[in-house]
This record gives sequence, structure tokens and C-alpha cells, in this order.
Amino acid sequence: MSNLQSAALPEQPVSPAGLRGKLPSLSGRYLWPLLGLFCLLAINLVLTPEFFHIEFNDGRFYGSLIDVLNRSAPVALLAIGMTLVIATGGIDLSVGATMAIAGAVCANLVVSGVDSVFVLLVAGLVAGLVAGAVNGGLVSILGIQPIVATLILMVAGRGIAQLINAGQIVTFQHAGFAFLGTGDFLGLPFPVVLVLIVFAAVQLLMRKTALGLFVESVGCNAGASHYLGINARAVKMLVYCIAGLCAALAGMISAADIQGSDANNAGLWLELDAILAVVIGGASLMGGRFSLVLSLVGVLVIQCLSTTIIMSGLPPKFNLLIKALVVIFVLLLQSPRFQAQMAALFKRVKKQPGRAA
Amino acid sequence: MQSRYTTLTVTAGLFMLLFLAGSLQFDGFGSTRVFANLFSDNAFLAITAIGMTFVIISGGIDLSVGSVIALTGVACGLLIGQYGLHPLQVFPIVLIGGALFGAGMGALIHYYKLQPFIVTLAGMFLARGLATTLSEESVPIDHPFYDAVADFGIQLPGNAWVGASTLILLAVLVAAIVLAHFSRLGGYIYALGGNAQSAQLMGVPVARTTIAIYAISGFLSALGGIVYSFYTFSGYSLAAVGTELDAIAAVVIGGTLLTGGSGYVVGTLIGVLIMGVIQTYISFDGTLNSWWTKIVIGLLLFAFIALQKLLTGKRLLSANGTREFSHA
Repeated sequence: MSNLQSAALPEQPVSPAGLRGKLPSLSGRYLWPLLGLFCLLAINLVLTPEFFHIEFNDGRFYGSLIDVLNRSAPVALLAIGMTLVIATGGIDLSVGATMAIAGAVCANLVVSGVDSVFVLLVAGLVAGLVAGAVNGGLVSILGIQPIVATLILMVAGRGIAQLINAGQIVTFQHAGFAFLGTGDFLGLPFPVVLVLIVFAAVQLLMRKTALGLFVESVGCNAGASHYLGINARAVKMLVYCIAGLCAALAGMISAADIQGSDANNAGLWLELDAILAVVIGGASLMGGRFSLVLSLVGVLVIQCLSTTIIMSGLPPKFNLLIKALVVIFVLLLQSPRFQAQMAALFKRVKKQPGRAA
Repeated sequence: MQSRYTTLTVTAGLFMLLFLAGSLQFDGFGSTRVFANLFSDNAFLAITAIGMTFVIISGGIDLSVGSVIALTGVACGLLIGQYGLHPLQVFPIVLIGGALFGAGMGALIHYYKLQPFIVTLAGMFLARGLATTLSEESVPIDHPFYDAVADFGIQLPGNAWVGASTLILLAVLVAAIVLAHFSRLGGYIYALGGNAQSAQLMGVPVARTTIAIYAISGFLSALGGIVYSFYTFSGYSLAAVGTELDAIAAVVIGGTLLTGGSGYVVGTLIGVLIMGVIQTYISFDGTLNSWWTKIVIGLLLFAFIALQKLLTGKRLLSANGTREFSHA
């Protein structure tokens, strides 16, 4: 129980003091997601000792752990963008559809004879940026609730991707582009390297500039941030654009991996996995404090869970059921904290009636 | 107050316009037969969307409905096929099951102050996972009762057929209108969506109401699942994927405010019919592909949300997307 409370403390919505407050509670924040990950790894170690076996062949590492990393790359990219969106108190349901659009754009360009990988990358990223800007515009300029604003693109986006593909599954042959999904770099699968690059870039952008602070501030209280001189609309626009770019990258990886674009199934349900990863990482869906590292831990927890289910000999059909139970468990784990917060909040409000307004 | 009727009028006008456009363009579009088929083809969606209407009016959202439809179908198939129960014995079981499932989510949402979005997302996984666990294969339903249901109906002039699913839909519609406008619970639901805090201060039993809302949605999804099994004569764990989004879209196009507190069940039905007309139009046309349905529905969603914003002005702005699901 004491563990629970120590884990609970740091996850309070960031008060001005909390923003400044340093990291005495850091260990608590990291405790639960990491504990979950270690438990899963331990189970795997018991089930299949070769799970941790990594081989170096032909200039590249092989092994179950590398597979886990490789397979979780698309969701990891989505989760990086999703973390920022959720930190502003939003949500982006359209990332799966954006993946499909970016994949479709690249596949059709390859088929129509574009050879330059650079052009393909830029085209895919522009598609993602446009999708993100549409979401961001709906949320920040029109003031539509994020879940609904992004629902529009989630519904229409797959239609657009199918339109680009003319209803077909477009397959292609392009060694340079396929490298995105299947190549390896410095001994690691290229998708994993890409995740690391994006993670480093976003982490630097957020933590070495004031941007991260702005994002958290907008998530805590958009109105108050406005009075502090933070352009809340621009911040929201930015995070949706980043989410769109990340989704486009994920879409290109998936398309390159299978050397084809399937508008119906590319990135299907991955938005949910990305949201789950952020939640498992301990972020509040109400917005506020975020941690990219914890979200990535959440991604690994989800991917390890799937692998564990397969390794343990349970039929894969239990995958969804177990995932659901884990989510409910994680939510409940977080809720006593929420109740305690509410109780504390009410006490404070009673003591200082002025703050209630 | 007037603005609510405005959205409803726009929705109804749009439906008539689309139907008229189709009738002028294609032979046989403007017939009672096509009109009746709009109801029977989309009955399961309409029934589910009516449940969703209550949830959205209360300021929540229910993402689990599509999975509950699938779970209901699989459960029906197994109980009828493997355990040899009569469908009339099975239906109460799955309906109560659906209601309990919804009530459970409502309880989590209320007592643990969790967001409806994430709880029903977990519910969506859970129901879909249960369905997959019960059977990965499609379970055929072969029972004389189902044949009787398929044959049951009323013949209308113009070769129009009003089948069992349409009749169930109309019964649900009447019940939902009574519930929304002539019952105490209905008043509570609107009050909760208008302002949860004020509702609580006015003495609305928030716990009971929240649980009832999600139980209604679960019950109607299960009923939608039964109607769905009337079409397919089977239960399949991957059936009705994405129905939750269609249902939400129908509710929004039907003029229900996403911020809660305002909306009409009839509007939702018209919303479903509009989506049905678009599909019928595309199938009549023949040259347009089915993916246009998704794009048009997306555009309609946008247009109606923009319209809502225009009509309600500052109200949506003040919500500003940050705390829309807050119960506190």
C-alpha cells in the first residue's frame, strides 16, 4: 500500500509548485511502468530462457528482444506524438488513418516511377503534416473537442487512403524505400534506429527549450496559460502536427515493411495501442505532465505482453482479452490516487473558499 | 432552445434533399421500397445509435458498442447452436448481459472518476476479446425461429417490406422517446449533460443515473447485436468493427450536442437514415466507389459540428477541448 501511495504522489496534476518542484518523486513515477515491464521480462525468462539470447550475424543483432523492439517501432512513433497531444489535454484518434494515408501516398509515388527516397520521405511527411494541421486547426482554431475533431479524420482518412489507392492494395518494389522498414543500421533494425532518432529530437525539443513546459502548462490550464502569455492555440497546433508527422513515419515504416499499402488495414487500431501506451506510462488523460520515456516503456509493456502471450503457449486469441484486463487494472491502480486528490482538493477548497472560484 | 430545433430541422431537411436528389436522378430510388429498406438495412445501427444518444446527451461517450454487438452475436450462436437453447431463452440472457456490461462500465466511470472514453475503450477490448475467446470462427445460427423471423413482416404498397428488425427499431424508438421526454430518468440524463455539478446540487442521483445510462447503451447494443444476427444468421467475433464510430457520427449528424445536455432521439434516427441514403445513392450510381461513403460521412460530420458551433456560439469555445469529460 505504501508503494501505491509513493507512486501516487508524483502523478498529481502539475500545480505551479509541481512544475518547479524537482524530482524527489521520480522513482515513484517510474516504479509502476518499469515494474510491469520487468515482471513481463521475468515471466519470459522463466518460460523461454532463449528469450534474452541475442546473436550477432551478418552485421546485425538477432533475437526475441530485438524482434520486440522492431515490432513495437510503429506504435512507439505514434506514442511519441500521442504523448504530447495527451499532455495538452487532447487525444488523436486519427493517427491510424494518417498512417494509411502516408503509406498510400508513398506506395503510389513509387508505382508512378518516383525513385528518390528523399522525395518519397518528404511526400509522406507532408501528408502527415497536412493531416496533423487539419486536426490541430479543428481543435485549436475552431475549438472542437479533440476526440470528435480527430474522429472526423479517423473516419474520412481511411476513405482518402482508399481513394489514393483506388481501392486496391498497392504493392511496389523499391529497395531504397524498403530499407525504412526492413533495413538495418549500426546492427539494429532501421525502424528501431528511427524511433531513437525521433525520440531524441522530440525530447531535446521539449526539454531543452521551454516548449515542454508550455505543453504541460496548456494541458493543466489552457486559460491560465493564455493569461501568462503562452499562445495556447499555437502549442496545440504544434503537438497535433508533430503527432501527424510521427504517424506518417510510422505509416511509411509499415508500408516499407510489407512493400505495399493496404488502406483498410494499415495502422488499424494502432491509435488505441498508442493511447494505452501513454496511459500505462502513467500520463493523465486530463493533460499536464508527460514523459516520453515512460510512454516508450508503455509501448514495450504492450509489445512484451503480446510476445509473452504467444511464448506462454496461450492461443493468440487471448491477446485482446488480456490487454483489456491489463488496461482496466492500470486504470484502477491510478484511480485511488484520483479519489485521494479529489478529497484533498475538496479540503483545500473548503479551507480557502476564495480558490473555489 | 430554438437552436436545438434548428439542427433537427437542418438534419431532416438534408435527409429529404438527399432522398429527393436520388429520386430525381435514378429510376426506382424514390420508392417506398427503398425507403423501407433504409430502415431494415440500418436497424441494428439505429438501435445502437439510440443508446449512444443517451450517453452523448449525458456528456459521455461509449466506444464499446460495436464489440458488444459482436459478442452478442457470438454468444447467441453458441447458446443456440451448442447448448441447444431456444432463441427466446437466449435473448433475455444476452440482453441482461449487455445491460450488466454497460452498468459495470458506468460504475467504473462514476465511482472511480475515470473518463468514459478510456473505460469504454477498455470495454471495447474486453468485449471483442471475450468474443474472440469464445470463438474465433464465425458461428452459424441455424434455427427455425430465425427463419420465422426472416419471413415475418408486413407488405406495404410498392413492394416495400417492413420486417421484424424495422418493427423492433420502431418499438425502441418509441420507448426511447418516452424515456427521454416523459420520464424522470430522462430529465436526469439531460440535467447531467447540461452541467453535472448543478445536477448533483439539484439532487439528481448521479451514481444511479450514470450507471443507468451506460446500462441502456449496453442493452441496446446487445439488442442491436441480436438484430444484426437476424441479417447474417451467424455470430462472428470480428463483426460490426467500427460501428461505434458510425453510431457516434449518426448521433452528431442527428443534431445532438457533443458537449451534452441537448439532443433528440428522432434526430439520431434521421442521422442513420442520412448515412443510409448516402450508401444507397452510391450503390445506385455504380461508378462511385464505396470509400466515398466514408469521405462524405467525414465531411458531413465536420459540417454538422461546425453548424453546432455556429449555433451554440461561445458554449463550445469555453469548453475549448481541455476538460470536456471532467465529471468534477
